[in-house]
Amino acid sequence: MSLLGRLIGHREPPSRQVARDRLQLVLVHDRIRLPAAEMAALKDELVAVLSRYFCIDTDGIEITFTQSRRMNRLIAEVPLVGSAQAQER
Amino acid sequence: MEVGAESGFRTEEDRPFGQVITVTSGKGGVGKTTVTANLATALATLGYKTVAIDADIGLRNLDVVLGLENRIIYDVLDVIEGRCRLRQALIRDKRVPELCLLPASQTRDKDSIDPQQMVRVCQELREQFHFVLIDSPAGIERGFRVALAPADRVVVVTTPEVSAVRDADRVIGLLEASGKGNVGLVINRIKLGMVRRGDMLSPEDVVDVLAVALLGLIPEDEAIVVSTNRGEPVVLDGRRPSSIAFGNIARRLAGQEVPLTDLSGAEGLLARILRFMRQQP
Repeated sequence: MSLLGRLIGHREPPSRQVARDRLQLVLVHDRIRLPAAEMAALKDELVAVLSRYFCIDTDGIEITFTQSRRMNRLIAEVPLVGSAQAQER
Repeated sequence: MEVGAESGFRTEEDRPFGQVITVTSGKGGVGKTTVTANLATALATLGYKTVAIDADIGLRNLDVVLGLENRIIYDVLDVIEGRCRLRQALIRDKRVPELCLLPASQTRDKDSIDPQQMVRVCQELREQFHFVLIDSPAGIERGFRVALAPADRVVVVTTPEVSAVRDADRVIGLLEASGKGNVGLVINRIKLGMVRRGDMLSPEDVVDVLAVALLGLIPEDEAIVVSTNRGEPVVLDGRRPSSIAFGNIARRLAGQEVPLTDLSGAEGLLARILRFMRQQP
């Protein structure tokens, strides 16, 4: 960080944090061996299946991978539109 | 060869005979050969009969790091292909009598050995040595698989850099897939000042991301360059920070409980004052 930047209180994230974040992202893809394009296809198929049963907010879907120890976990967060009762009817 | 004649061990149980440890990394240039040379020397200094095998066929370097390059007559391929007996190819280190080197062949390529041949050589060495350390070639191809085939235990070396950690992760994944579960991580070339400033992945970051057992931390140390120049492993000069770190890892490999070195303890007064000043708004 430049001295001037430091003087006016501007703070970049430390490069350690940047390294950590980039590493975590790249390792997710390395470990599951699913390139970004196929990930998009997975999302589309997931939407198609889920919409047969629920009214879903397709823009709000978030697919993430987490790992605890060396186990990977796929988490899909799918917002449902309207209340459960409204959907039952 | 005469083995087990003289013994520096207190009891018979102290002898963990015939353990094969492969040192690997995926990425080249992270210090695999330096780590192998120093761990082998440290184990031998502790009194364990130790042999270091250079499995980097065609690109041998363990001999120069150990300073034994002028004494090579036969190599591991001569043993495998029956041109000499195993004991003729072993080079005994005159500085550390418990240490031997089995050199790689420099004129052949990595496909010259298959995994079963390496297993057979190690089987013979297990009966004569407490520890067999194998310096694996970089990469994850055949040479890597040859080096791993006989391993009871694997030491994965990385540095605190994104590229090295990524490759270490790939190697750890391959090890798990092949049932080599006994993996210990060594993080090499840690620059403490940079970690403190937030400009280098910390050991905790690396362990978190890789999720494997930490075997030890080696601080960046200019003495390692000098020791490689001279062909004298840095552990032979026991006062350097890196020698202490290598010695601790060797004792952990030998089954001793050695607490992980708090690298920040090495910080001098001036460094502490500077850090204090830096933290002021």
